[in-house]
Amino acid sequence: MNKSIITVVGKDTVGIIAKVCTYLADNNVNILDISQTIVQEYFNMMMIVDMSRMKKPFEVASTELGELGEKMGVQIKCQREEIFDKMHRI
Amino acid sequence: MINISEVIETNKMIEHENLDVRTITMGINLLDCADTNVTHLCENIYYKITRLARDLVRTGNDISREFGIPIVNKRISITPISLVAGSACQTIDDYVHVAQTLDKVAAELGINFLGGYSAIVSKGMTQSDELLIRSIPKALASTERICSSINVGSTKTGINMDAVRLMGEIIKETAAATAERDSMGCTKLVVLCNAPDDNPFMAGAFHGVSEADAIINVGVSGPGVVKYALEQRRGADFEELCETIKRTAFKITRVGQLVAQEASKRLGVPFGIIDLSLAPTPAIGDSVADILKEIGVDQPGAPGTTAALALLNDQVKKGGVMASSYVGGLSGAFIPVSEDQGMIDAVNCGALHIEKLEAMTCVCSVGLDMIAIPGDTPATSIAGIIADEAAIGMVNQKTTAVRIIPVVGKTVGDNVEFGGLLGHAPVMPINTFGCQRFVERKGRIPAPIHSFKN
Repeated sequence: MNKSIITVVGKDTVGIIAKVCTYLADNNVNILDISQTIVQEYFNMMMIVDMSRMKKPFEVASTELGELGEKMGVQIKCQREEIFDKMHRI
Repeated sequence: MINISEVIETNKMIEHENLDVRTITMGINLLDCADTNVTHLCENIYYKITRLARDLVRTGNDISREFGIPIVNKRISITPISLVAGSACQTIDDYVHVAQTLDKVAAELGINFLGGYSAIVSKGMTQSDELLIRSIPKALASTERICSSINVGSTKTGINMDAVRLMGEIIKETAAATAERDSMGCTKLVVLCNAPDDNPFMAGAFHGVSEADAIINVGVSGPGVVKYALEQRRGADFEELCETIKRTAFKITRVGQLVAQEASKRLGVPFGIIDLSLAPTPAIGDSVADILKEIGVDQPGAPGTTAALALLNDQVKKGGVMASSYVGGLSGAFIPVSEDQGMIDAVNCGALHIEKLEAMTCVCSVGLDMIAIPGDTPATSIAGIIADEAAIGMVNQKTTAVRIIPVVGKTVGDNVEFGGLLGHAPVMPINTFGCQRFVERKGRIPAPIHSFKN
C-alpha cells in the first residue's frame, strides 16, 4: 500500500469530485476514503488514495492534479500520507 | 485513519503559518583529506564533498514535493578546517585557497551555505588555528557561500581571551574587507562558546570530530505556527500556555524527523539529529518577537521579556524531545535582530537595547545574533561583548554566540540591508565606555567551579 492524501481547496463548483475521480481511475489509483467539509466558505475535500498500482511517477501525478485544479479554479495538492500521520499520531 | 481536520491543520501550518524545514545539512568529515600539499588537499576536499553530497539538493527537492513541505535550504557542514589543513596551509593565502575551493564545490552542488571554516580554540590556539583565524577577512571577502565559526570557550575549559581579543580585531577586519557590501562578511562569521558538534544552522554549523564520516542533520522551524496556536488561546493560564507551545513544538519536530529519515534513507547517510529551533525570517508572521508579544509583553525588551523567552525556549525543547529521540544542535528559540521583523520594530521604537538582548541570551538557545553596530566601535569593545557572551555560556553550561556587524561608515540611526534570509537591521548603539585594559590581558579565564552552585 502506498497511501497518499489528495486535498482540494477552493470555491465549490459542479463536477470537482467527478473530474478528480476520473483522473484517478484513468491512472489506476484506488480511492480508500473521501470526506469533505466547508471551512470559511471554502470547499475542502480530502481523499485517501492508494497509488501502489499507478504507472506514473508520483511527481507527474502530483503536477497533473495541480494543473487539473487550476483549470477548475481550485487548488489540488497531493502529499504522501506520512507527513500527516507523523504529525498527528504518536 | 487521518481525518480531514488534521489534514487541513497541517496544510494551514505550511501555507499560512510559514511551517518549513529550514535546512537539511549534511555533515561531512574531512579529516581523511589531509595532505601536506595544498593543491592535493583541495582536490581531496573537492572530490569527497562532491561524492557524498552530489544528490543532496535533488533529494531535498524530491522530498519537499512528495510531502508538500518546503525545505528551504540544503547545506553542508564540514570538519573544522583548521584541523584538516594544518600541515598544508603555511600562509593566509593557502587558507583562502581552501575557502575558495569550498565555495566552488558549494556553488556546483547548488547549496546556499557551507559551514566549517572554523577552529575550536577554547583553551589554546595552534599555529594552524591562528592562521585560519587571520585568513577569515580575506576568505569571507572572496567567497559567497562560506560560513566561519570560532569556538573561544567552554564550560570545561574556560575562555581563551587571546582568541577573544583576536576575534574582536578579525570582526573589524572582516567588516572592512566587505565594506562596499554593508560589511556583509560579518553576517557569515560567528564566535561561539560551548559550540555543539551537530548544529545544522548557519553560521555556526561545523561537523565535530565526535561525529561519523557523514551524517544528516535537519533543522526545523516554525515561529509562525507557535504564534498562531497561542493566538487561539489568549488569556489562558501558564499551564495551558506551556501545553500549547509543547504540543506545537511536538508536531513541528515530527515533520523534521520524517524528512530527516527520508533524506537519510535516500542518500544512504545515517541520520544524526533534529534541531528544533524557532528560527525567524524577515517574512511577516515568521517572528519570535511576535510570539513574545502574544505571550504578553507589549514589545520585546519590555520587563518580563526574559521570563517569557525562558518559558518559550524550555517548552520548545520539551515538545521537541518528546517528538524525536535524537534532538540535538541548538534546539530552542533564536533571537536574531535583522532576521526578525518584530525585533527590528522593537529596536526602532526604542523598546529593545543590546543590554536586554544580552540578558535574553541567558535563556535563549544561542546568543547575540545579527546585530548591526556602529562601524567605529573599537575592536576591544567587540572583544568585550564576545567575552561577556562567552562568560554567560561558560557559567550557565549553554551555547552562546556573537554575530555582530560593525558596519563600516554607518552609525546609530542608519539602516543596513543584507537581503534575503539575512534581512535588514537598524544600527544599534552600544556602551561607549571602553574595556581595553581588561581585554588586553593575556591568557585565559579559568573554567568555572562545578560545585557550590547557589
